[in-house]
Amino acid sequence: MSGKGKTIKVDYLARVEGEGALFIRYDDNHVHEVQLKIFEPPRFFEAFLRGRDYTEAPDITARICGICPVAYQMSALHAMEDALHLVPTSELKALRRLLYCGEWIESHMLHVSMLHAPDFLGYPSAVAMAKDHPEVVQQALEIKKAGNALLRLLGGREVHPINVRIGGFYRTPTKEQFESLREQLSAARDLAERMCRWAASLPFPENTQKFEFVALVNPDEYPMNEGRIQSSEGLDISVKDYEKHFREVQVPHSTALHSVLIERDSYLVGPMARFNLNYPRLSTGVKRVAEELGFNPPCSNPFKSIVVRCLEVLHAFDEALRIIDNYQPPEHPYLTVEPREANGCAATEAPRGLLYHRYGINAQGKITQAKIVAPTSQNQKTIEKDLRLMLPNFMHLPESQLQGLCERAIRNYDPCISCSTHFLQLHLQHDQQGSS
Amino acid sequence: MVPHSQLIEAEEDKPKLAVWKFTSCDGCQLSLLDCEDELLLLAREVEIAYFMEASSKVEEGPYDISLVEGSITTPNDVERIQEVRRQSRFLVSIGACATAGGIQSLRNFADVSEFISVVYAEPDYIETLKDSTPISAHVPVDFELQGCPINKLQLLEVISAFLNQRAPQVSAHSVCIECKLKGNVCVWVAHGTPCMGPVTHAGCGALCPSYNRGCYACYGPKENPNNESLCHWWAEKLGADKATIIENVRNYNALADHFKKIGEEWGKDKKRTS
Repeated sequence: MSGKGKTIKVDYLARVEGEGALFIRYDDNHVHEVQLKIFEPPRFFEAFLRGRDYTEAPDITARICGICPVAYQMSALHAMEDALHLVPTSELKALRRLLYCGEWIESHMLHVSMLHAPDFLGYPSAVAMAKDHPEVVQQALEIKKAGNALLRLLGGREVHPINVRIGGFYRTPTKEQFESLREQLSAARDLAERMCRWAASLPFPENTQKFEFVALVNPDEYPMNEGRIQSSEGLDISVKDYEKHFREVQVPHSTALHSVLIERDSYLVGPMARFNLNYPRLSTGVKRVAEELGFNPPCSNPFKSIVVRCLEVLHAFDEALRIIDNYQPPEHPYLTVEPREANGCAATEAPRGLLYHRYGINAQGKITQAKIVAPTSQNQKTIEKDLRLMLPNFMHLPESQLQGLCERAIRNYDPCISCSTHFLQLHLQHDQQGSS
Repeated sequence: MVPHSQLIEAEEDKPKLAVWKFTSCDGCQLSLLDCEDELLLLAREVEIAYFMEASSKVEEGPYDISLVEGSITTPNDVERIQEVRRQSRFLVSIGACATAGGIQSLRNFADVSEFISVVYAEPDYIETLKDSTPISAHVPVDFELQGCPINKLQLLEVISAFLNQRAPQVSAHSVCIECKLKGNVCVWVAHGTPCMGPVTHAGCGALCPSYNRGCYACYGPKENPNNESLCHWWAEKLGADKATIIENVRNYNALADHFKKIGEEWGKDKKRTS
């Protein structure tokens, strides 16, 4: 027996959405145990959805997450439309994509500027950072505001939009309504390009790892609402087969279920996975910036995910402007269908990654069964693995810095604990050498 | 309630603001970060002393003003809200979860142990209360800001009223008045669309009717709503069935007194018996 037991504890991880804790047990040579503890109170959406009307699913599931409500609305809509064999027109599809662009911009910029960037520059918050770097914070807020303006026009409001329904929208905008928004988006797009360059210039800890990346892949576009589920290890399945290849398991230390690939194990969803599997389908403007910055796929260092988020924001602006320029108001704002007994599922790309919904409904249109798999519960196991593999390379750091690095490593994934259900406390325990 | 003018000592003599999260989706506290034009200005007026979603810097209490998001659903929540109250001079509950139990209070009308088994394979690991309850069921609350989600401009108004020692100007009238102010055509009268507007608290700016949709009451009940009449009209004139009427009061504000009452009257056979 040699060495002294050390413990580092952070009771509540800041700058993530929701509540969680982390427990790490290690000694000088090994990391013995990493547990990302999620104990945000469960809210039982899958249980109380049963008996509710199928038309309510998009609005009710939006309430799972105030940061990415559109993602829940999109997955719920597409799953119900899958059940009812309802295929929206291409105009309606484009409008949904436009709404999603607004959410990607808003959610990514919230993470980039308010939750993630302070880590790289050594500030506790974006407000504190604004004192020394006012231009970066103000520009980030302008970009975020443009995303929110898009959500407001098309969705009615930023948090829990009210305008989407099964079959389309309650009301579709006129061409004129986009005029002033177009100017705002175009100005913010230029700021977003600057933000990409700024993010790429940040100092990144070296932490390249091997991941199995999982994302939707669509030959025609950078994925949002449609595509097959593919992985960097060769998985290529239809969304219908999701549950044949992925399984959720419950662990004692978390109120969120862990998701694994049955054939292998942990995997990663989210911006890095999308970027690595879909790079050729980013806009020409984004690829030009990425090439200039020498930022090519694959990106396997989670600290660099801040650059990927900025590039995706830039892509969302290009995509939004393209959709607005080609916009023709749909003939009808929505399509209608009678409910019948059926099952349906869908996966869409939430800002944080693949979001899977499956529903069963009866002949009266009441929900009989619901299953929801959020991106963060899919990434939980990968986050634990990342910490286990990262720590040995940074053992030379003083413990206070090591603790900060672990917190940063978690924030790299932009975990949305409210989505996965949830609470982050950090307990880093240094065992005596040779014990356990 | 107008708070006493004596501030708790803070850096630069600014009032100390704290933001607390209980069981919720984070959307209402996010409204504060969505104030892109006002956030940095606000930070000059108040000291953001505790806001875990936005800052890793934690200042000890007590706090001048606490914004509380979320409902109480675990034994730990029950203890924590008492501590938050002790540490707060002025406590504002924000959003439908904090003011009326939130969507998760649908569990109150069902068997929660069965709910746990639907979602989790090993229910023994899960610690949760039978009911989801609003903040006011546990501690005195100085002001309640309704809405799922809250309106960020109303939130700024509440903070601003606090800073200026006056009562917040938050209209308690119905969504119908907001429609009239906007010049909306009534979706009910003109299109026969069932709408909760007549009994629903203002604050959203009559969003749903502005988008040709009936209001679904995400801002909860207005002051003195005429529920009986509304339900009668829904059933008699619009042909809404009982299930639809109950669904419209048992959603985001199911525990708000007026909505709870409608739910109980119309859903007698669905009441929990345990």
